[in-house]
Amino acid sequence: MKLSIYRYDPDKDAKPYMKDYEVALDHADRMLLDAMVKAKAQDDSLSFRRSCREGVCGSDAMNINGKNGLACITKIADLPEHVTLRPLPGLPVIRDLVVDMTQFFKQYHSIKPYLINNDPPPERERLQSPEEREQLNGLYECILCACCSTACPSFWWNPDKFVGPAGLLQANRFLADSRDQATAERLDNLEDPYRLFRCHTIMNCVDVCPKNLNPTRAIGHIKDLMVKRSV
Amino acid sequence: MALTPLPVRKFDAIVVGAGGSGMRAALELARSNLKVAVLSKVFPTRSHTVAAQGGIAAPLANSGEDNWHWHMYDTVKGSDYLGDQDAIEYMCRRAVEVVVELEHMGMPFDRLESGKIYQRPFGGHTQAYGSAKMAMRACAVADRTGHAMLHTLYQQNVRSNTQFFVEWMALDLIRDPQDGAVVGVVALEMETGELSILQAKSVLLATGGAGRIYWATTNAFINTGDGLGMAARAGLPLEDMEFWQFHPTGVAGAGVLITEGVRGEGGYLLNKNGERFMERYAPNAKDLASRDVVSRAMTTEIKEGRGCGPDGDFLYLKLDHLGPEVINQRLPGIREIAIKFGNADPVRDPVPVVPTVHYQMGGIPTNYMGQVVAPEGAGKEAIVPGLYAAGECSCVSVHGANRLGTNSLLDLVVFGKASGEQMIKDMRLHPTPHRTLPKGAGEPTRERLARLDSANSGERVVDVLNDLRRTMQAHCGVFRFPEDLIKGVQKVEEIASRAKRIFIQDKSKTFNTARVEALELENLIETAMATIVSAEARKESRGAQARSDFPERDDKNWMKHTLWYKEGNRLDYKPVHLRPLSVETMEPKVRTY
Repeated sequence: MKLSIYRYDPDKDAKPYMKDYEVALDHADRMLLDAMVKAKAQDDSLSFRRSCREGVCGSDAMNINGKNGLACITKIADLPEHVTLRPLPGLPVIRDLVVDMTQFFKQYHSIKPYLINNDPPPERERLQSPEEREQLNGLYECILCACCSTACPSFWWNPDKFVGPAGLLQANRFLADSRDQATAERLDNLEDPYRLFRCHTIMNCVDVCPKNLNPTRAIGHIKDLMVKRSV
Repeated sequence: MALTPLPVRKFDAIVVGAGGSGMRAALELARSNLKVAVLSKVFPTRSHTVAAQGGIAAPLANSGEDNWHWHMYDTVKGSDYLGDQDAIEYMCRRAVEVVVELEHMGMPFDRLESGKIYQRPFGGHTQAYGSAKMAMRACAVADRTGHAMLHTLYQQNVRSNTQFFVEWMALDLIRDPQDGAVVGVVALEMETGELSILQAKSVLLATGGAGRIYWATTNAFINTGDGLGMAARAGLPLEDMEFWQFHPTGVAGAGVLITEGVRGEGGYLLNKNGERFMERYAPNAKDLASRDVVSRAMTTEIKEGRGCGPDGDFLYLKLDHLGPEVINQRLPGIREIAIKFGNADPVRDPVPVVPTVHYQMGGIPTNYMGQVVAPEGAGKEAIVPGLYAAGECSCVSVHGANRLGTNSLLDLVVFGKASGEQMIKDMRLHPTPHRTLPKGAGEPTRERLARLDSANSGERVVDVLNDLRRTMQAHCGVFRFPEDLIKGVQKVEEIASRAKRIFIQDKSKTFNTARVEALELENLIETAMATIVSAEARKESRGAQARSDFPERDDKNWMKHTLWYKEGNRLDYKPVHLRPLSVETMEPKVRTY
C-alpha cells in the first residue's frame, strides 16, 4: 500500500511537502491507522494523533483522499492502493497531520456545553421518560473529532464567528434535553447572523461524520425553535 | 556549562490525567478557591475512560431490590478476598450518591418507563449475598457509558473554568528529600517540546492503566502507565501488579472491547460444537460469572480443542436472539464495532471473541481518601505527604485480585471525588506556603531527554516495545506457568537494559511523538517489570493470577498485598484490610459462581 502523507515541521521545513511511504501489509492490518503505524515504524518523525483505535476518542481525524474521516475505523479494504493523507482542512497545522484545534474547541465552549438546571437537585435522579431520553440520541454520541466542522465551507470562511456543525449539534443536544432549563438563553446565544445562520445546508458535515450523526438536521431543529419563539 | 533553570509555575494542586477520576477530582477542586492545573497528554475527552461501555455500578434498586451490602459482598468475593474491605465498603456506600450526581450533571442515562435510570445485570453482581439471582446494578447509557460520563465530566469542568494543560505530559515527580513530600512535577509541553516544573502543594496522579504492556489489549495507545513510571522512579512501591484482568470478550485479532453488557442483556458464549460451555464452569451465573472465571473457561475451551474458526483460536459470542430492537437500542456501539472489527453483524452472526488484557487491578498504593501510602519505618502504610492517586493507576484496593465489571467507572468517580475532597482538606488543615524546590529539581528528567536528543544510534523504540509486549503476552497470560514466569523475568530484564540504549531519529522540538513514545516506553517497562516479578513471586492462584503449579488460593501464606520497588527489583508485602468501616468482616470462602 502506498501512503502519500502531508509533512511539515516548522523547526526545519520552509514549506510543507508530500512524502510517500510504501507499507507492506499483513493480515492483522485492517484499518488505515494500522498502515500509518507501520509508516511511523519506518520513519519515527511522522507525526499524528491517535489513541483508542476504535472510533470513540476522536484523535485521529484527518483528510483521507480528500474526505475527512477517522483513520482507525477506515478499512484498508475500502481504500484504493494509493492513499493521500492531509491534515484536517482549515485549521492551522502544528506539524504534519497534527492541527491546532483551539478555534474548534472555542466554538464548542461558546454554546455552554453543559446542562443548565437551576432547581435544587432532588435527592435521587431527575426523572426523564424513555421518549424524552430518546431525543438525545444522535446528539450525545459526538466525539468532537472535528471532521464535520473542518469539512464545512462556512466554518472555513468564518471559524471565529460561525459555531460550526459540531458546536451546533451540541447546542441542540442541550436544547433537546428535558432536564435543561436554558432554552431562551441558548437561543439568544445563537441568534446572530453568523453563529447559527451561516449554515447554508451544504451538508458536508453529514457526509463525513464518522459516527453517522446529522448536524444539519440538528441545526434545522434550532432554526425551528427560533422561528417558533418569534411567532 | 550551567544550564538555565527550568521555568517554574506555581499551583495549589495539580491533577495529572484528565480521564474519569482526574476530571472528577478537578471538579471537586474547582469548587474550592484553590489554584488548580489539570495536565493531560491528550485532549480530555480523548482519555480512555471514553471507551468504557457497559455501565457504572450503583445499587439504585430501580429494577428489583438492591443495597450496598450486597454490592459490597459481590465486590469482596469478586476480588477473591484480596480487596481491602474498608475501601470496598466506602466505595459501595458512596455509589448511589456519585451516580445521582452524574445524572444531575446531565449524564444522559438510559431510562426505565418510571423515568428512573436504566440498569442491567453484569458479571458477578448478585442479589442477597451471592444468590443465583443477578442484581440489576449497572447504570447504563446504551453501550457508551464511559463516553457519556467522560463528556459530562468535561462539560462540568468547562462550566467551572478548570485550567487544563492539554497535550502536556508529566514525566517525573519532584520530592522533598527531607521527608519525601511531593512538591511538584516535571512536565513536557508537547507542542513546543519545552520542559517545565509545575510546583504544587498537592499532586494527584490519575494517569490510568498500562494495558499496552501486552500484545493483545483492549487498551488505547495512550495507556502506558505514566503515573506508575513516575511513582516507581520516585522510589514509591507499586501494589498487586501481578493482577491483570483479561476481559472475556475482546474482538478476536483486533483486541477491541465488546462489553459484558452483551451478556448482561442475554447474550452468551458458544464453542465450536455450539455448546453454551459456561454452564459447565459456572452453573449459577453462567456467562455472568466474574471475568477471571469466564476468561479461564474460554482459554480452557480453546486449549482443549473446542475453539472456533479454522485455527480453533477464538469463541463465539451469540446475541442475535436478542433481536434487532434490543441490539439497536441497548448495544448500538457494539454492533458498529462487531461489523467494523469482527466482520460480523451481531443481528445475524455471532461475534468472534477471545480473552484480552483489559484492566490493571494493581497500582500506586493509596488509602480510601486517595492519599498515597508506602512503608516507612515499622509502618506499612505511612502517608506520602502531598501525593494522591485515583482511578486505574491507583490501588486502593477495591478490586483486589479481580475487578467486577462496572466497578471501574464507579471507582473513578468515588475516589476521584474523595481525593479532591482530601486534597482540599489537607491544604486547609495545614495552610502552608509552597516549599522551596529541592536543589537540582527536574535535572534527572532533563538528562533523560538530553540523552534521547543526543543519541544517534542504538535500539529502535518500536522494536523494544514490540518485544516487551510479546514477552508479556507469552509469559504472563490467563494461565501462568512457573518456567514461563522465570524466563519472562529474565527477558523483561534484558529488554529493560536494551531500553537504556534506545534512540529516536526525530530531533524536532515541535510535537515530537517519537520522543513521547520513547518516554512512554520507559513507563511501560517499569509496569511490565513490576507485573512479572510480582507474578513470579506469588505462589498461589487468586483472581486473575492462575498458576499451573499452585492451582489453589492460599490464604494462610498469600492473603497479602504485593509491593514492588524499582530499586533492586525488590518485593515487600503488606496485610489486606479485612475489617470494613461499619459492618462485619466478609470471611474468605471458596469462590464459585
